[in-house]
Amino acid sequence: MAEVKRVERPLSPHLQIYRPQLTSITSILTRITGNGLIVGTLLAVWWLLSAAISPEYFALANGVATSWFGDLVFTLSAWAVWYHYLAGLRHLYYDAGKGLDIPTAEKLGWACIIGSVVLTVITIILV
Amino acid sequence: MRYLTDRKRAEGKGAAGTGTEHHWYMQVSAVGLAFMVPVWLYVFGSALGKSHDAVLATFSHPFPAILTGLVLFVGMRHFAKGATMMIEDYARGSAKKGLIMLVISISYAVIAVGFYALAKLAL
Repeated sequence: MAEVKRVERPLSPHLQIYRPQLTSITSILTRITGNGLIVGTLLAVWWLLSAAISPEYFALANGVATSWFGDLVFTLSAWAVWYHYLAGLRHLYYDAGKGLDIPTAEKLGWACIIGSVVLTVITIILV
Repeated sequence: MRYLTDRKRAEGKGAAGTGTEHHWYMQVSAVGLAFMVPVWLYVFGSALGKSHDAVLATFSHPFPAILTGLVLFVGMRHFAKGATMMIEDYARGSAKKGLIMLVISISYAVIAVGFYALAKLAL
């Protein structure tokens, strides 16, 4: 009655021959962007700390933060913030039990990708 | 046939002892960050690249300083719990425990450094 059913289930397709889907790619990107944001955060907090310590230390950290390396980190972080932002809103929508049918889920996936790029460009223009 | 209750079968395989608390925290902090982050991006992005005096002036105002503190605290707790989920998916055993301790420590360390900087800039 309450016994666990042991059913012979088919194995999932091997990862290498599995066609990537928009829904799975946009899901894993949420995790990558969210965790990757620690890099930009560390640089931002170091920059803030240097401003509090001394003008000399600020010159060093500000030099790094505004170099090509800093620009690269902060530009990628801006995109990561916006991607994670939109994908997070999508997650809240999914959690409410909505938008889970495939056509809607794929539209939301494209909305995350295109929306994040648009918002990143707007951010770079504004700040 | 063994007559096991659902509870008996679930015991010992639990949800880390805290049930849905983790997921609920992620939802609450996500909504909070959704309101704060766009404004903070503007504050931080505007200050970045300015002179030392201009940066000091920005963060000595209450709004930028308090907002930065809030984003840092809520953001780092959200990060610690999100990274914990990732580690739980990919690591096992002692490596899992060690890595979770590490990300929680990083999260608190970043909060502490940020608060120290903000306090010094504001006062």
